[in-house]
Amino acid sequence: MSRIQARFEALAAEGRAGFVSFVMAGDPDYDTSLALIKALPGAGVDVLEVGMPFTDPMADGPTIQAAGLRALKGGQTLAKTLEMVRALRAENAETPVVLMGYYNPVYSYGVARFLEDAKAAGVDGLIVVDLPPEEDAELCLPARAAGLDFIRLATPTTDEKRLPRVAANTSGFIYYVSIAGVTGAAVPKPAEVRAAVKRLREGVGLPVAVGFGVRTPETAAALAKHADAVVVGSAIVSAIEANLTLKGTPRAGFLKKVTAVAASLAEAVRKARAA
Amino acid sequence: MASDQPNSYRAGPDDEGRFGIYGGRFVAETLMPLILDLEAAWQAARKDPAYAAEMTHLWRHYAGRPSPLYFAERLTEHFGGAKIYFKRDELNHTGSHKINNVLGQILLARRMGKTRVIAETGAGQHGVATATACARFGLKCVVFMGAADVERQAPNVFRMKLLGAEVRPVTAGRGTLKDAMNEALRDWVTNVADTFYCIGTAAGPHPYPTMVRDFQSIIGLETREQMLEREGRLPDSLVACIGGGSNAIGLFHPFLDDPRVRIIGVEAGGKGLEGSEHAASLTGGRPGVLHGNRTYLLQDEDGQILEGHSISAGLDYPGVGPEHSWLHDRKRVEYVAVTDKEALEAFQLCSLKEGIIPAFEPAHALAHVAKIAPSLPKDHLLVMNLCGRGDKDVFAAAKHLGWEMGQ
Repeated sequence: MSRIQARFEALAAEGRAGFVSFVMAGDPDYDTSLALIKALPGAGVDVLEVGMPFTDPMADGPTIQAAGLRALKGGQTLAKTLEMVRALRAENAETPVVLMGYYNPVYSYGVARFLEDAKAAGVDGLIVVDLPPEEDAELCLPARAAGLDFIRLATPTTDEKRLPRVAANTSGFIYYVSIAGVTGAAVPKPAEVRAAVKRLREGVGLPVAVGFGVRTPETAAALAKHADAVVVGSAIVSAIEANLTLKGTPRAGFLKKVTAVAASLAEAVRKARAA
Repeated sequence: MASDQPNSYRAGPDDEGRFGIYGGRFVAETLMPLILDLEAAWQAARKDPAYAAEMTHLWRHYAGRPSPLYFAERLTEHFGGAKIYFKRDELNHTGSHKINNVLGQILLARRMGKTRVIAETGAGQHGVATATACARFGLKCVVFMGAADVERQAPNVFRMKLLGAEVRPVTAGRGTLKDAMNEALRDWVTNVADTFYCIGTAAGPHPYPTMVRDFQSIIGLETREQMLEREGRLPDSLVACIGGGSNAIGLFHPFLDDPRVRIIGVEAGGKGLEGSEHAASLTGGRPGVLHGNRTYLLQDEDGQILEGHSISAGLDYPGVGPEHSWLHDRKRVEYVAVTDKEALEAFQLCSLKEGIIPAFEPAHALAHVAKIAPSLPKDHLLVMNLCGRGDKDVFAAAKHLGWEMGQ
């Protein structure tokens, strides 16, 4: 059983939603970022989503764009991102790791070599924003063959006609983009999300994680009542940004402050269904 | 098969929008239904005689087509070789070939019931053309333009505003054309219901490269007819500049299956291909995926996209249309690069010898013509696409040439 499947089965047994955190690998630098990724599971993160920085992140809002540019400026590369996962795995064998990003750095690295190295490093799944089902032959099918989950995005524009196409070849969980827009842009409406989650869970037969506009513990809790997991990115990345000096280096207490933001979100998600 | 050459160079793309390995639909899921809708609407429109008639009417009475095929007599004498013709697309309404494509897309937007049009622009030519067509049809228009370009191209920014468009300066990334395109895509995923994205070049996700090519092919179709009328035969060679490559594919496409027509695309070599300050994706880049398609890109060894550099704000894009990438690999079209300096010389030469101030973009094409024309025979018929006029570039040219211009 994959780490992702095991984690979602455990969450279902606990009767609560999971908390998925997103941070950009290498933001603001390799060592700080690795320390943060290692600390997040202790703050209540159930699944780690790790961004692969790219110069042209077309689906991301200003917060994640800036994080990617900080990481690139700090010298992050795809090889270093894989190295970070390997370093995490040396001390954490359970928390699923999903790499999220855009296709070109992976294509440039070489698909076969990337899949081999990602699997060896301990990566569990991939989310590649600019690879819709129409391009499954590029990375999705080879990734599945290599034993990695390929997690698809479903959006408010994914209608009944489109859903079977989105469901095919996907595995692990499905990521519901709760707003039409870029990351961190708008606030999702819980009633609409509830209906979408139900439709996706039935249509795809996989756990549904909801993300793209969740910035506060309150929103996270509202979505966690219905979704199998809640993804928070921009709010954590904003906390990273807020705890950097003007030069872009981490301020004193950086790790404590950022993990505290993650912990408050995690707690809201954990308690949502009890409330 | 005895040859690995295709039966036709004009058959692409396939059903997945691919020209060989290039093209495709590399977009976020939010956009997929929109792109599929657009493809269906385009397929229906292209078979509809009413759509073609509306298009032809606008091209003729609004844009000023057909554009002349002009014998550049004094440049021909000056170079002393090939007989040089200019396809005068700079005479179109709004001053470049961009209007050919924009009218086609705006008519399509109307058929689809879209009320809001977005566009990206670099030098401002596509932005002005889009703002123009939106004014003509009463559509809301938002143009994304890199903040650096807003600064450099102030006259075009004012034109767009005068035409009723909203110009949004893009500060994300490094504030140039590629960032403007990212921002337009971000707007599109946010405003999916009412918005039509009018892409300015033969690039982006399928069906844009094909759709834009088909609109711009009017350039080559007219050239073919005009040359047969003037000289009784097809041209021997075609030369056009390449940024995204829409004017070039428009001229080239109707001639791709005429093996005796030599076809040359001229990229922006900036300060030279040996360094990184150029915008020559085909001659100085390698295949990658950006803005919805696989194509040749300027990128570092980690697959991060590099900024293009060119004296021409219309050419400094780090990618190129996917059909050009395929034609490059198949060697049907030769791609070369000329430097900023060579383009600036050609810009002056054209003004002096022909009384035509070209845009910096076709000045690149002319700079290559200057290299090859002298050694070609006098009966060699060469057509260069003069795809834009130089009004927008006179301030920049004055600065490069050290002329102090009063405000």
